[in-house]
Amino acid sequence: MARLEETTADGRTLMRQTPASAEAQTANATLARKMRRRGEESRFWWLVPTIYIIFLMLPIYWLVNMSFKTNQEILGAFSLWPRNPTIANYMVIFTDPSWYKGYINSIIYVVMNTVISVTVALPAAYAFSRYRFLGDKHLFFWLLTNRMAPPAVFALPFFQLYSAFGLIDTHIAVALAHCLFNVPLAVWILEGFMSGVPKEIDETAYIDGYSFPRFFLRIFMPLIASGIGVACFFCFMFSWVELLIARTLTTTAAKPIAAIMTRTVSASGLDWGVLAAAGVLTILPGALVIWFVRNYIAKGFALGRV
Amino acid sequence: MLELRNVTKTVGATEHLRDVSLTLQHGSLNVLLGPTLSGKTSLMRLMAGLDVPTSGSVWFDGKDVTGIPVQKRNVAMVYQQFINYPAMTVYENIASPLRVAGAERAKIDKEVRNAAALLKLTPFLDRTPLSLSGGQQQRTALARAIVKNASLVLLDEPLANLDYKLREELRAELPKIFAATGTIFVYATTEPHEALLLGGNTATLSEGRITQFGPTIDVFRRPNDLVTARTFADPPLNTIVLKKSGSSFLLDGGVSLPVPAELAGIADTSYTIGFQPHHLSLARPSPSAVPVKAKVSVTEITGSESFVHLDFADVRWVMLEHGILVFEPDQTIEVFIDPRHIMVFDANGRSAAPTQMLAA
Repeated sequence: MARLEETTADGRTLMRQTPASAEAQTANATLARKMRRRGEESRFWWLVPTIYIIFLMLPIYWLVNMSFKTNQEILGAFSLWPRNPTIANYMVIFTDPSWYKGYINSIIYVVMNTVISVTVALPAAYAFSRYRFLGDKHLFFWLLTNRMAPPAVFALPFFQLYSAFGLIDTHIAVALAHCLFNVPLAVWILEGFMSGVPKEIDETAYIDGYSFPRFFLRIFMPLIASGIGVACFFCFMFSWVELLIARTLTTTAAKPIAAIMTRTVSASGLDWGVLAAAGVLTILPGALVIWFVRNYIAKGFALGRV
Repeated sequence: MLELRNVTKTVGATEHLRDVSLTLQHGSLNVLLGPTLSGKTSLMRLMAGLDVPTSGSVWFDGKDVTGIPVQKRNVAMVYQQFINYPAMTVYENIASPLRVAGAERAKIDKEVRNAAALLKLTPFLDRTPLSLSGGQQQRTALARAIVKNASLVLLDEPLANLDYKLREELRAELPKIFAATGTIFVYATTEPHEALLLGGNTATLSEGRITQFGPTIDVFRRPNDLVTARTFADPPLNTIVLKKSGSSFLLDGGVSLPVPAELAGIADTSYTIGFQPHHLSLARPSPSAVPVKAKVSVTEITGSESFVHLDFADVRWVMLEHGILVFEPDQTIEVFIDPRHIMVFDANGRSAAPTQMLAA
């Protein structure tokens, strides 16, 4: 009895109910041991998630780590953090036009694409959500199948088509090409959000005397503002990370940052540090945008159907 | 004056309304009474101009408005669901029809505050609708209908989702509020007692047809067919098919029910007799009342009233009695049918009463 009282805290309550028999005492001791073991296990609940997060963050950490190192240190001894931290790599990117132009180009066509996609998708999504017409369900599904083809399939026709119209190496070329993937996505996301708004709100607005455009801008858009945000986010992300089409359609004037990054094997060899800094700067816009839509992102991934 | 002329509405293969003709006067209170899916909402949407009839026409003050969109008509509508603009404050919600119409700021403010005071919304004007209770949300929708000062006000079961007390309160006030404006007031409901409490005129709907239209009390007391009588009865109308022989209807068990004097001339054949649950009673209501023996099935007690479900021959009746009644199931009791209050329908379901009586 005394031993039991020492070993476990819970043993006290158990002990009071314990009859004097020896059998019951051993049974109780086993129970106490079991409980103790369970308690020890629950003390390591954080272990698996932590390992998982470390695995996830390791490449990103390594990228950041590299971006603050000199090339000598990167290629030299293994070090977990920069011995001589330097921002020289970042300075290269912010001062050399061939680097920062890449970011500007990317941002220009990504923003153009986001604006075009969402503007085009809003009325389309409204039609899918509010009207029944011949083949609407098939058309709606067909939209999504556009996302199922790899971009490489479209690289050749796009290149040939845009050459014919003299659009190669312009921002609008990339923005339009990315619409192929982003308009269907935006339609799907927005349709989900719009279907969550009761049709009676539309009718009440018409009864109140609103014309359709005025109703859409004044009443309807504020109701699906979070959906528009999520749609913008997804368009932004897909356009930002897409490399193949963007690279095919540009040569110098509209060359995206991802294309510049992958062409940095120059005569002077590979500039590891600058490349890492470019990588870090490429992650940042996405992280920033995610921060703004973080509360709606789950609904967005479910295409608004939560 | 709103006039529907032979209006039919079909959506796909389903017929929502069949050959509806109806004339509603300015300043009148009109109730559309019918069970769910009887076409009340379809009818209101046609009146509002939200839908276009498949055939037939809608006239307003002598003008054909059949194809005219709802924006160009002066109507207000309140739904059963609480529909407001969630992104606007209550004040802006109520002001919305006036703003669209381009009214002056001072006029808008005055109208909105009047309507808000009328519906006890003044403390909530700066809140958004979704932060209010259901009753307050619905009152916001009603306030929007009031400020619009429309010539046609359509309320589609507006109180169905509200709690009992608020429903009683608003039901009493709504007709008064709108009566003063001289509007055509249309109120859809599934509940017969709501139609009776509102008064005015009632149109009973069944399966997309208007079965009768007239002053509410007349429709209730003298339905011109069985379908109307059934629609206008809650709990359900008690019915039984009987054979008329001479001056009496023959009941099972050798009992006979005297034929009402005004129906003395009808032919000796089978009739459906209908009577309301409160015209079946435990105590003899009049010397002419006929006692019948029926078996108790279930008794529902609501507090001040008891609904006794009875099996008589092969039909199920409901007796509505005041007070709390306790019966054993399967107990046989004696109940009285008052022949002064029976409705007689022929084999086609038409009322057997002479037409001049129906017109009265």
